[in-house]
Amino acid sequence: MSRWDNIKSSGEQSPVTEKQQGSLELNSATKPKSVENLLEGAVEKAVNHAIFGSELARREFLRLVGAGTASAILNSIFPLNPAKALAQEKTGPIEKKELKIGFIPITCATPIIMAEPMGFYKKHSLDVQVYKASGWAMIRDMSINAETDATHMLTPMPLAISMGIGAQAVPYVMPAVENINGQAITLHVKHKGVKEAKDMKGFKFCVPFDYSMHNFLLRYYLAEGGIDPDKDVQIRVVPPPEMVANLKAGNVDGYLAPDPFNQRAVYEDAGFIFMLSKEIWPGHPCCAFAARKDFAEKNPNTFQALFKSIVEATQYAHQASNRKEIAAAIAPRNFLNQPVEVVEQVLTGVFPDGLGNNKNVPDRIDFDPFPYHSMAIWILTQMKRWGYIKQDVNYTKIAQEVYLAAGCREVMKSLGYKAPAQNSTKHQFALGKNKLFDPDAPENYIRAFAIRRS
Amino acid sequence: MKGERKKAFVCSILLLTLFLSVWQLTTKAAVQGKSQGLPGPAAVATRAWEMLSDPVYDRGPNDKGIGIQLTYSLGRLFLGYTAAAVVAIFLGVLLGLSPALYRALNPYIQILKPISPLAWMPLFLYTIKDSGWSAVMVIFMSSLWPILANTAFGVAGIKRDYLNVSALLQLSWLRRLWKVVLPAAAPAIVAGLRISIGRAWVAIVAAEMLIGGTGIGYFVWNEWNNLQLTSVIFAILMTGLVGVVLDMGFGRLAKVVSYRE
Repeated sequence: MSRWDNIKSSGEQSPVTEKQQGSLELNSATKPKSVENLLEGAVEKAVNHAIFGSELARREFLRLVGAGTASAILNSIFPLNPAKALAQEKTGPIEKKELKIGFIPITCATPIIMAEPMGFYKKHSLDVQVYKASGWAMIRDMSINAETDATHMLTPMPLAISMGIGAQAVPYVMPAVENINGQAITLHVKHKGVKEAKDMKGFKFCVPFDYSMHNFLLRYYLAEGGIDPDKDVQIRVVPPPEMVANLKAGNVDGYLAPDPFNQRAVYEDAGFIFMLSKEIWPGHPCCAFAARKDFAEKNPNTFQALFKSIVEATQYAHQASNRKEIAAAIAPRNFLNQPVEVVEQVLTGVFPDGLGNNKNVPDRIDFDPFPYHSMAIWILTQMKRWGYIKQDVNYTKIAQEVYLAAGCREVMKSLGYKAPAQNSTKHQFALGKNKLFDPDAPENYIRAFAIRRS
Repeated sequence: MKGERKKAFVCSILLLTLFLSVWQLTTKAAVQGKSQGLPGPAAVATRAWEMLSDPVYDRGPNDKGIGIQLTYSLGRLFLGYTAAAVVAIFLGVLLGLSPALYRALNPYIQILKPISPLAWMPLFLYTIKDSGWSAVMVIFMSSLWPILANTAFGVAGIKRDYLNVSALLQLSWLRRLWKVVLPAAAPAIVAGLRISIGRAWVAIVAAEMLIGGTGIGYFVWNEWNNLQLTSVIFAILMTGLVGVVLDMGFGRLAKVVSYRE
């Protein structure tokens, strides 16, 4: 029972007498209960049961350490306050009304950006201003320094920062995924003859950040084609807005980037779309909405309101009929600062690919907030595979701490949307030798790869 | 003399006209939206008119008028620059008056001087944990060295006669500083200040490109993302103009403090 050992070692030992234990039970039975108290108790009880499994083990633990300490220990393992806030239908009083949210001007952040001009934040009594950052390093630093309250992040980033990799170790929570799909491999127009990964030997690629789905998907694609991403090609980190200029200047041969920079390259006649990211892993997560764990805990009602606004905006963006309206709202200089035709082409999925074809791929980009734990586990396996993590990883534990799947389910249900019943699922890739990712066997998955660093 | 100045002026105008014509002829007209190579002067002029006719609009934290952007940049510039001037003049006077101290500190100054101020940025971001103040510190680091070097040089080069007379008159160190040392070294100090303001202005634009927020550097970066080169060129011109104004200010100051030996 390793979980039991961890909990025991981190808790204080305060003896609770039988009388105290009995009086605890008595108090909870006789005090008048409001709906909120009942819900709060229910959440704590649910978490208790999830951790201990059996009623007997739970009572034994409570007897040993006392209810107050137990609550504190649980809080350190599982963000109870945000969970309690999320479980409540109505939001309590907002602690902090004026919020700053950082974003990078890419279509992945569509729900975060559109929620400002289209009124989703206002609807939940929040006064939010979205601040453009110059690159992912700035997003990370502004968030860690609390210059922004919540932020747009790449799905691997909350995991990496919580683990202290590539940043100081600061615990983060990621309540929602912003978008699924929405990237592409774009190549310079001089490479129109390239047909597969093998033809890309010696290329210089860009990705937005080391801890990004772009980096991991690019590496996955290249490795499946027999190319070693660290030895046979060069992968550079370039902030997405600078990628088209670099491509135009001929500094790089291609990139796996977020939109609209793939479509913009076609618009500028600098590149063509080689492959959409959904052709590698259909439904892959890309960007996320994340916040520091201490912000979520100190401001649970604000966090809940924010969470609701984002989920609502995400679901609104999911509807194909709304995409044109959204494109017009997020294209101006204050937000994406891109020509509105380009943004429309990305969001509607009706676009020229730079090779003379006009394509119609409605789910070229899609929006689905649910942060499956299995997505986190895939990301962690890739971080281990390429040597970003060197030590042994407890995949499930980290995924559960950072990706708030249960919380998202609560919010989706409270807004009237259907949510998946499971927190984890098996993911089906579209290409590769092993197309099925099973989150319960992460180490085997890594070992099955021919090209890896670990 | 007047004839010479007239000739120089006419020559300047001719050069400008020549440059603009060559520029216009060698660039194709930009198709709306798409960037077909470098935009011509006509396109830049149109954009300049657009931006200058509405200089203080505010459409959100990431889209403000050029007047507001410049104000933010100048604000950061003056904060960092003033702090650097105070520290550098103080240190410079000490080093100038004490050759031993100068020799002791000189190696460190020589090592730190050539470091690009932007290379300090990640360090400041990590320790100061605030992007705005990190930008100000970058200005500080870029302005410090020329003022320090020039002040030390100016103070070390004060005529011995002046120092002897002040010793004879038994002036207190404060009076000596205020009445003899600083005025004597003033031309060198102001020369240092003038060089530094140029360096600082260069650094702030670059720093803002990295940090984002509000400022002329951020404006350049934001427009570059959208490949709006007309705005980028306009911003470059504005940056140059502001630099000229700042330099002219210090030129005036230099005239005020200069003296004949």
